[in-house]
Amino acid sequence: MFRTKTRDEIGFQILNNGLLLIVLIVILLPLWRVVMTSFTPIDVFTRVGVPFAMWPWEWSVAAYEQLLGQPSILRATLNSVVITLSGCALSLTLTVPLAYALSTRTLPGRGVIATLILFTFLFHPGLIPNYLLVTKLGLQNNILAIIVPPAVSVYNTLVMKAFFEGIPDEIKEAARMDGANDLQILWKVILPLSIPILLTIGLFYSVYFWNEFFSPILYLNDAKLQPLPVLLRNILASASISEYVEYDVASAASIDSLKSASVMLTMLPMLLVYPWIQRYFTKGTLVGAVKE
Amino acid sequence: MSHYATEPAIRVPAHPLRAREKIEITLSERARRLAKAMWKHRWIYLLVTPTLIYYLVFKYIPLYNAQIAFKDFQPLAGVEGSPWVGFKFFETFINGFYFSQLITNTVFFSGARLILGMPIAIILALALYETRFMFFRSLVQTVSYLPHFLSWVIMFGILLMMFSPGSGLINDVIKAFGGKPIAFLTSPDWFRVVVIGSDIWKETGWSTIIYLAALLSISPELHEAAAVDGASRLQRIWNISLPGILPVVVLVTLLRLGNILEGGFNQLFVLYSLPVYSVGDIIDTWVYRQGILDFQFSLATAVGLFKGVIGLILIVVSDKVARRIAGRGLY
Repeated sequence: MFRTKTRDEIGFQILNNGLLLIVLIVILLPLWRVVMTSFTPIDVFTRVGVPFAMWPWEWSVAAYEQLLGQPSILRATLNSVVITLSGCALSLTLTVPLAYALSTRTLPGRGVIATLILFTFLFHPGLIPNYLLVTKLGLQNNILAIIVPPAVSVYNTLVMKAFFEGIPDEIKEAARMDGANDLQILWKVILPLSIPILLTIGLFYSVYFWNEFFSPILYLNDAKLQPLPVLLRNILASASISEYVEYDVASAASIDSLKSASVMLTMLPMLLVYPWIQRYFTKGTLVGAVKE
Repeated sequence: MSHYATEPAIRVPAHPLRAREKIEITLSERARRLAKAMWKHRWIYLLVTPTLIYYLVFKYIPLYNAQIAFKDFQPLAGVEGSPWVGFKFFETFINGFYFSQLITNTVFFSGARLILGMPIAIILALALYETRFMFFRSLVQTVSYLPHFLSWVIMFGILLMMFSPGSGLINDVIKAFGGKPIAFLTSPDWFRVVVIGSDIWKETGWSTIIYLAALLSISPELHEAAAVDGASRLQRIWNISLPGILPVVVLVTLLRLGNILEGGFNQLFVLYSLPVYSVGDIIDTWVYRQGILDFQFSLATAVGLFKGVIGLILIVVSDKVARRIAGRGLY
C-alpha cells in the first residue's frame, strides 16, 4: 500500500503474516485430523494410532464403504435433504413478502408490522411454551414440527429488507407507470435484481436446517424420521456404536474411523456448497446490510 | 421502540404552499386517503398475510402459553384450565439450590466469549486488514469463516478427534512426551476451557466481518497523511484504525451484554455430560431437563420467562446506551 519499505515495515509484515499463518494452521489442523482419522486403515490404527500424515501408509476407505452400506445412514441423509430443501423453500416463501412489506415505505401499517415482529425478536418466552404449542398442534413425528416453527428469522428478514431498500425507487416507479402492480413489481423487478441476497439468505436457512438437531430430538421420536445430525450425535456419544452402525470384530474400520467418516459425511454438503456462495458474503451483500 | 414505529402512516406533503391545505384536511379526508393507500398496496397485504399468520401462531401463541409459569400446569387441564399459583415457581427457582450455579455458569460462558473472543477477533481483523498479500487475505478469510457453518454436533466429532483420551491429537502429543492422557471433555477442570476455546475457534473468523467492514470504511487518506508524517504501522493502528472501529466495538459489546443470559444452548447440549454438570449446566440446559425430561412444565416455563424478561430489559437498556454513546441503536 505504501512505498516506504523500512526495516520496521518488513518486520511488521513478517509478524503480521506469521500471525495469519498461525490462524490458518490452527483452523485447518483439527479438520485435517478428522480427515486423517477417517482414512486410517484399521491395522495402522491398532498398531500406532492415527498418523499425523498418511503418506508412509496406505489410505483406507473402509469406513466410508461401511457407512454408505447402512440403511440407517442413507435414510437419515434422505431425511436431512428433505428437511433442508422444504425448510429453505418455506422460509424464503415467508421471508420475501415480509421483507418486501417492510421495505415499502408508503405501506400503511408498516410500523405496526415492524413492531409486531421486532417484539418477538427481543422477547423469547422460552422452550416450554413453544413445545406445548407444537405438541398441541399434533406435530410430533412430523417434519412440519422441524421446519415450520423456526421458518422466519428476523435477522434474515432485516438483511433482505435492507437489500430491497437499496434498489432505487425510480426503477419501481417506472414499472408502476407502466401499469405494474406491487405483485408484478416484486416478481419482475425486485426479485431478478436480488439474486445475490436470495442466495445468501437461502444458504443461511439451508445451513440452519441441515445443522438442526435439537428440534428433531425434541419432536421426532420415530428413529426412521431422524436426520443426519441426530444420527451423528448418537454415533459419537454412544458407548456402543453397534446400536447405530454395524460394528463387530470383523469390521474393516476402527470405531474412530467410523466416527470421523460420519463427521465428514455430515460436513460434505457444506464443504461443497460453501466455495460457491462464500464470495457473496466476503464482500458486499452482508457488509452493506450490517452497516445499514 | 424501533425506528420504524415513528414513521407516519401517511405522508402529508410538506410543501409550504400547501400548508393551508394541510390544516384543512378533515378526518374523513384522511380516512379516504388511508383507504386509497391501502387499496393501492392490496397485493402486499395479501402476500404478507401468510407470514403474519405464521407470526401470530408460532410467536404469539407461545407468549400466551407462557402464562403457565404462574399456574400449576396439568397436561389434562390444559393451559387455561390449570389453577393459578402466582409467583410460586419463580420463588422455587430463585431460592433453589441450582440458582446461583446456573447463573454463574451462564454468565461465565457468555462473559468469557466477550472478554476473550472479542479482542482475538479484533486482532485477526487488523491482521487481515494490514496484510499486503491480497490472495493470502482472502484465503485466511475463506478458511476462517468456514467453521461458523458447522453445527455443534459436527464440532463434537472434531473435538473428539482432537481431545479424546484414546486417540485425540492433543493426547497423542501428551503421551508422546510421556504424560498421562487427559479426559478434556469430561473433566470439570478442563470442560470450560474446551467450551470457550472451541467457541472461539468456531466463531472468530466470522465475527471479523463486522470489524473488517469498519476498517475498510476508514478513509485511506487518513492513513496516507499519517504515513507522510512519519507514523509507523503500530502508531497508525493505535491512532487511526482502533479509534475508527471503536463505535462498532461499542455496539458489539452492548449487544453481547444484552444477550449475557445466552450461554450457548446448542453447544452445551451436545458437549456436556453428567460429570461436568457443575461447571457446564446453564439456564437453558436446565430448563430442558426440568421441562422436557422431568415434566416440570410450570417450573421450566417460569425459569424461561425469568430469563426472557431479564434479557428483554438488558437488550432495551443496551440499545438506549448504544443510541447515546455510539449514535446508533442495536435494532
